[in-house]
Formats: sequence, structure tokens, C-alpha cells
Amino acid sequence: MAEFINFYLFPGLVLGSIYALGAIGITMTFGILRFANFAHGETMTLGVYIAWTLVQLTGFKSMLAILLVLMPISMMLTIMVVLLIDKAFYKPLRASPVIILVIASFGLMLMIRSVTQFSWGVQLKTILPGIQPRMQLLDFFSFPLKHVFIVGGALLLMYAVHYVLTYTKIGKAMRAMSDSPELARLTGINTEKVVMATWVMGAGLACAAGVFLAVDTQVDTMMGFKILLPMFAAAILGGVGKPYGAMAGGVVIGVAEELSSYHWIGDGPLLDPGYKQGIAFAIMIAILVWRPTGLFKGKSF
Amino acid sequence: MRVLELDSVVGGYGDTQILHGVSMHVDAGEIVVIIGPNGAGKSTAMKAVFGLLKLTEGAVLLDGQAITNTPPEQVVRHGVCYVPQTGNIFPSLTVEENLEMGAFVRTDDFKPRLNEIYQMFPPLLEKRQQPAGTLSGGQRQMVAMGKALMLEPKILLLDEPTAGLSPKFRGEIFETVKKINSAGTPILMVEQNAKQALGIADRGYVLVDGKNRFEGTGQDLLDDREVAEMFLGGGKQSEEPPAKPSKPAAKKQPRKSGKT
Repeated sequence: MAEFINFYLFPGLVLGSIYALGAIGITMTFGILRFANFAHGETMTLGVYIAWTLVQLTGFKSMLAILLVLMPISMMLTIMVVLLIDKAFYKPLRASPVIILVIASFGLMLMIRSVTQFSWGVQLKTILPGIQPRMQLLDFFSFPLKHVFIVGGALLLMYAVHYVLTYTKIGKAMRAMSDSPELARLTGINTEKVVMATWVMGAGLACAAGVFLAVDTQVDTMMGFKILLPMFAAAILGGVGKPYGAMAGGVVIGVAEELSSYHWIGDGPLLDPGYKQGIAFAIMIAILVWRPTGLFKGKSF
Repeated sequence: MRVLELDSVVGGYGDTQILHGVSMHVDAGEIVVIIGPNGAGKSTAMKAVFGLLKLTEGAVLLDGQAITNTPPEQVVRHGVCYVPQTGNIFPSLTVEENLEMGAFVRTDDFKPRLNEIYQMFPPLLEKRQQPAGTLSGGQRQMVAMGKALMLEPKILLLDEPTAGLSPKFRGEIFETVKKINSAGTPILMVEQNAKQALGIADRGYVLVDGKNRFEGTGQDLLDDREVAEMFLGGGKQSEEPPAKPSKPAAKKQPRKSGKT
């Protein structure tokens, strides 16, 4: 039981929190700007490299300093870059058909990745070197302390998203525009402001998710792209355009991926850990076939 | 006092011209109804006011000021509110959030207005924390109208507010429209249920093929034999509003145009 929780369920929650944060941005962009943003993974990577650079510049080595000081700064810098990208690339295409925007985002994905690889090189890096302390609970449970911070930080950020969407005027306008962009315009909602708020939220969370992932594993120019598929799967599972769905979807996919290699039957893992990534894909296909609107009744295409 | 005026407007979508010179006006305190067969350009005429299509000729005047071809998000700020026929609420937002969004362009405190809207539509007060999408058709229309009224508009445009509603709800909506109007808001409304609509209207316009055909007070149009024949099912109660008025009108069309 302790083994199941320590090595499967809790790591699943950690991975799920990271997916959830990334998926919120994907689902909101889909809901409000109407396109699948392929560059979202690269936004994440870029955020990680910004954070890594800040770590090198400041020489901060403690996890708390990185998460509480450098991560918020990286989030702000990532947001600024994404707002500039919106102004330069997406804004002129605002009235274009969706497919044009999707292709533009695909192009941006390649561009951001190339710039990242060119500026920082393709070698693996670490953001948090050394052996990290573990947290012991009731003799049975033992988690790496960084995992506790990741889950806690993700919960805090998700609460912030909930707060913005429920209690602020711009957050309500974001949900309104996600419901119906046309009616939002007729109502006089400042749609450009809503679009900006969407990028701010999406980019900030993408950076945070990336930093969490980097703290947990390592820094790699392909890291964002590698988790793009699970994030899309989480957004679709939760229902496109539904931020709470994306949170739930992210956690479900993360946990499902980790639990797939538990020795449910016999001694060996049920599924070779090498196939973990396939779980997200399988869930996404199943949802698209049987319940295209997802768990939270999002849009279907 | 003339609140809204369309002065021989011509326009349409892309290359398709729908309005071929439509003129109409709404005075302070009036309910004005636009009726006509399907495809006559009724809704289009209303959308022309709201900047939803390109006008190539003519003018739209609000309080005497030209607002021709002003985009919708600006028209709202001038104090015109438009309730589309479908998709006129944000289904996943609560009733209260819908009303708040209606007040988006307001910078002052809208709470007093919110309370007025709840007084006007008591069922909404009860359901204010429910997602608007879970309400009945009639109540959704109330949300849509309440949302538009949050701005205390100079004029309210309603596009077929009773479409798809059962007769019972239809009556309720017409009562609501009367109530909104008696509270001081002039209303321009497109309606398929011509008879009931003319019953509450001060004046009405009949559009055919993107042009004015008849106009007069609600009662005049109701009494007019030709109008009755064309749009009111020969004086009989029309049970199937969307289909019926169009067919006789289409048949009558060649004879009528030959005369003029």
C-alpha cells in the first residue's frame, strides 16, 4: 500500500499537476481564440530556459528561492514574450479561419524551439542540482520534498485561476467569451483585453508547469513538446474550453500514466513504463470517439 | 422625439445585397414591430443598425447622430442593445454573471440597476446562482433581455424574441416586452408571430424583398385586408408562425409587383 502511494499514486499526482497547469492554457486558448495552440509546449520550454538563466545569474541553489523568487519572475518574462508574439503573429490573423491560426502556431512552435536551441544549446541541463531531501510521513509515506512543493504550488496556482475566473470582471468575461465570442462582442465586452488576459494566464501557467517539470527532471529543449500531447489529451478529456475540466483531465491523465506501470496482475508492471506516454494518447482517442465534449461538456469539433 | 432612424439603407453580406433601400424610425416610448415573409430582410435591417453588415448607401441615425457602419462593440457604447434570436445568453455563466456581463461597458456601480432588473423579472432573482443554460426557454429570453437592459439603453433591439417558444411563453414574452417599454425603453422588434406582435406595437413595418411594403400603426396593419391576407393567415390565427406567413406572401409576390 505504502509502495503504491509512494511510487505510483503520488508521482502520478505530481505529473498530473504539471499536465493540469499546462492544459489550462491550451483549453482557454482553444475556447477564447478558437485554435489549438501547438506552440504551448514551446512556451513552457522557453519559460524553463528563462528560469534556468536566472538561476545561473543569481546563483540561487535552494528550491524555495527558485520556486518563490525566480519562478514568478520567469513567469512574468514569459508572459511578456508571449504578448509580443501575439502582437506580431496572432493579432494580424485574428479574423482568419481557424486553420490558419493553427498553422501559425505550428510555425511558432518550430521558431521558438529553434531560437531556444540556438541560444542555449541542446545539451541537457539541471535547474536544481544535487540530491534533494525527502519528506517522511507516518513511517510509511516518503516523498521527495520537491514533489510536495510541486503539488502544493500547482494547487495554489489552480486556486488563483479559480479566483480570477469566478470573482473578477475580466475572468468572468473570459468565461463568457469562451461560451460565445460573437455574443461577447455584441455585449460590448472588450475582446482584445480578454485575449490578452488569456495569453497572460496561459503563458504564466505554462512557465510554472515547465519549471515544476524541470525541477522534477531536467532541462531539455524538447521537454515542452514531449508533454504537449498529454496536455492536449487533458484539455480534451476535461472538455475543450473548460478550465476546471483541464485541471481534472490533467490529474486523471498523470495518475493514469503512472498507475499503468503498477504490478496490478502478477509481479511485473502491467504496462512497460516505456509505453506510459501511450496512455494519454489512448485516453484522448477514446474520449474523442465516445464523448467528444469531454467530462465537463466542452465544445466538440 | 426620434430615437432611431434608418434612412433608405442599402446593404448586405459580401456580394449578396439584402436591403434595397429600407427606411424606418422609432420614436421615444414606442414599440415598433417589423414583420414580413422569410428572407425579406427583417433581421438584416435590425443588424444594419448594430453594425453587423456593411451598408453601401443610406444612413443610420441615433438621436440624430449618424452611426452608419459603426462596429457592434461601439454601437453598444452609444446605448443601443441588441438581443439576437439565438445564442443570446452565456449558458455556462450564472444568471447574475450574465447580467453583470451586460453591464461590462459600464464604469459606474451597476448594483441598483441589477436590483431593478430582478424586480422586473422576479424568476431571475430566484435562479440568479444557476447557470443560465439550465433555464427554460422563456426564462432564457428574460436573461437575454435583462442582460441587454443592464446598460439602460436608449433603444432595445429584439430579434424574434418568441421564436421556438410555446404559445404560453410567447404571451409571457410579449407581456415582458410591454413591461420593458412602459418602463421607458423604446423597442424595435422583428417578429414572426405578426398578429400578437402588432397587438402590442405602436407602429409596424412590413418588409418584402428588402424594401418597405406597408407601414402604419399596429391596429391599422392588423385591420388592413392585404396585410392580413399576406402575413396573418387570412385573418385566421396562424399556428405555425415560421412557415405560414412566407408561403402566401411568396405566391402573392408576382401579382403585387406587377401592380406597382
